[in-house]
Amino acid sequence: MKRVLTGNEAIARGAYEGGARFAAAYPGTPSSEILDTIGKEYREIYAEWAPNEKVALEAAMGASIAGARAIVCMKHVGVNVAADPLMTLSYTGVRGGIVLVTADDPELYSSQNEQDNRHYAKFAKIPMLEPSNSQEAKNFVKIGFELSEQFDTPVMLRSVTRISHSKTVVTLEDRQEGSVPIEMKKDAPKWVMLPVYGRQRHSIVEERFLRLKKKAGTFPENRIELNGSRVGIVTAGISYQYAKEIFPDYSYLKLGMVWPLSRKLIARFYDQVEEVYVVEELDPFLEENLKTMGFTVKGGKEVFPLCGELTPFLVEKGMKGSSFQEPRVSFSETLPPRPPNMCAGCPHRGIFHILRKRKFFVAGDIGCYTLAALPPLTALDSCICMGSSVGQAHGISKVLGREERKKVVAVIGDSTFIHGGITPLIDVAYNKGDATIIILDNHATAMTGFQEHPATGFTIRGEPTARLDFVALAKSMGIKSIRVTNPWNLEEIERVVMEETAKEEPSLIINQGPCAMLRKEIKEYHEPYGIDQDKCTGCRVCISLGCPAISWNPAEGEMAVSADGKRRKGFSSIEKTLCPGCGLCIQVCKFGAIHTKGDQVIYGFQTKKDRSP
Amino acid sequence: MDGKAMEHAVTSILLAGVGGQGIILASDIMAEVFLEAGYDVKKSEIHGMAQRGGSVTSHVRFGKRVYSPIIKAGDADILLAFEKLEALRWINHARSDGVVILNDHKINPPIVNLGKMTYPQGIIEIIKKNCKHLHLVPGTRIAREAGDIRAANVVLLGALSRIVEIDGDLWMEVILRYLPPKVHSVNRKAFIMGRDYIGG
Repeated sequence: MKRVLTGNEAIARGAYEGGARFAAAYPGTPSSEILDTIGKEYREIYAEWAPNEKVALEAAMGASIAGARAIVCMKHVGVNVAADPLMTLSYTGVRGGIVLVTADDPELYSSQNEQDNRHYAKFAKIPMLEPSNSQEAKNFVKIGFELSEQFDTPVMLRSVTRISHSKTVVTLEDRQEGSVPIEMKKDAPKWVMLPVYGRQRHSIVEERFLRLKKKAGTFPENRIELNGSRVGIVTAGISYQYAKEIFPDYSYLKLGMVWPLSRKLIARFYDQVEEVYVVEELDPFLEENLKTMGFTVKGGKEVFPLCGELTPFLVEKGMKGSSFQEPRVSFSETLPPRPPNMCAGCPHRGIFHILRKRKFFVAGDIGCYTLAALPPLTALDSCICMGSSVGQAHGISKVLGREERKKVVAVIGDSTFIHGGITPLIDVAYNKGDATIIILDNHATAMTGFQEHPATGFTIRGEPTARLDFVALAKSMGIKSIRVTNPWNLEEIERVVMEETAKEEPSLIINQGPCAMLRKEIKEYHEPYGIDQDKCTGCRVCISLGCPAISWNPAEGEMAVSADGKRRKGFSSIEKTLCPGCGLCIQVCKFGAIHTKGDQVIYGFQTKKDRSP
Repeated sequence: MDGKAMEHAVTSILLAGVGGQGIILASDIMAEVFLEAGYDVKKSEIHGMAQRGGSVTSHVRFGKRVYSPIIKAGDADILLAFEKLEALRWINHARSDGVVILNDHKINPPIVNLGKMTYPQGIIEIIKKNCKHLHLVPGTRIAREAGDIRAANVVLLGALSRIVEIDGDLWMEVILRYLPPKVHSVNRKAFIMGRDYIGG
């Protein structure tokens, strides 16, 4: 049967067809939908959202020791988190096959960097497969399990955003169970990486690497497509599709395995063409390795960009050089941009309004709330990786004077806190810090598509489970000052933030309310708010909240005067179809121009008592 | 397009609009229709970050054999724009002899709401100057008449179904398969009204 599947759906299908019994991941764009799909569609595979990528890989290793085929999925920067077990998993090898999917994000569509994870395969001395469409994405998971078991190694599969989030045609097949028996066998020299055993395993890794190189020479997914002898292109993954689109009549060495490389196979290709280009996204990974082997590259990174995503346009431009004709650009005015924005009713908006008003330095973290760095909120001041805000605030507080450090807080989402914020919070408590840490608890891993996490009380498949209690957790660390605030009640947030930052002890504020998009959790939305256009003075305070439901209208003629006779440049209005009635804007209006149909302001949204997963 | 889309080996359709307008669903439906009509098909879009209210594009390409899932700049045969400013943003991606189907609808971006930039004027004239065929469709208004403004994406699919020559019944069948039964009657109406608006 043929279906159009995204790369991520195809990887999930590959895990199913390839007999995976275990799947774990921490959500991260562009990888999240792999486990979403396994959770929804493939009950034959045990699936879980792990607290972070390191735990996901360690759990997969456990499943593998017991003999199960296991798939672990993460975004590119997730591999940094999982790198500790990965580097030594290369030494121990596997029993059941392990496929580690890294979904890289060239162009940083939703990431903090665009690192090229092909380097990890070289670093860990393990094979890496790179599909160029969904069909290959599915096939390569299955091939990955086989290679993993055959060579006693974890196998990496590298996707990129364009593979993960593009749909292409896939032929479905049946599931085949793995052949390794599920059982426990003690084997300390293989599984216990004491120096004495680690030394032995290292030489096994090097010997395995030579066998893998040989394999790369006969691997059917490394193929030569001969089309004339003038120009040859060495390429892999999505770059292959772009090059084929523009130059269907050139010859190709299309690599399905980008590490290790077979010198023999590459030499065979070079023998058949006059000049060779290397078309690859991001780093000159293939190019440098080809050059190290002594091959000449006619065009590589000096004609293709190092930064950002490749496109058919850039491939054509790079290959054709000075003979490239720029396409007609008939319209080139600067247009108003339309960046992503916090949603109307978002529980993150209020606290950033207060933190900006009170001029805090806000150590930020990874999540929707990172958008608070942008206008009009401009209230988030740093962000590097998952969980980093807490350690940063602690470090800042250790070098600033008592008065200055009262102006510093950390903000971190609930899922991000569980991923990487707990250990640094222990640091704050243990090392007598006095930082104020604010958990923005919106009851979901919202940015990546509302995945469950250990503090939602539900598993990936919606079964009720143990629910992590942030208050009890912080207490157990020795933190005494713990407050819970309503994210839509500005007076409460401001009072609590000022009280907690004034204390000479660590504080935890849990700013708790459901994501406004979390329909399954929210009891009810409220009547939309409205603006009395006569009363509005055009002061723009409501506009500074950056709510997509509130608009500014320039005023001319008689509209340029408000009801009390004052001149104004314009007035605000609320788009009723967008306003969920969170009640934030009415609290900032000093002129009573914002009104509600209800009797009183309801601060945001209540959570259903018995929410369904 | 009077069968013009079929001239090239591969037909490229760029959908552009604002997050929340149903662009991804529309492109999913298109990909399924083209697959079932017997073509190779690829489609690509970017999601992630909080995209609600952000610019959204989706590339759909079909033909005998499709390589790249994204359209080369300047090579879109059809620009299906859900919003006027977004049509302008992507106009250079369309072929000058291509087709623009434009939903006559305006959504202010935040920076315009903040009063820091103005919404561009004369968009329709600029598009006419740059692209040979423009079909202006009051998709949002038609959807309201059909019973739900959220069906504007299906109105536009109805209009598109006049441009790419694939059986209208297949479109309807796939659309209904993708939507819950309670919205079938609204969307059936929306598709037919969009299709009729462009005419046969």
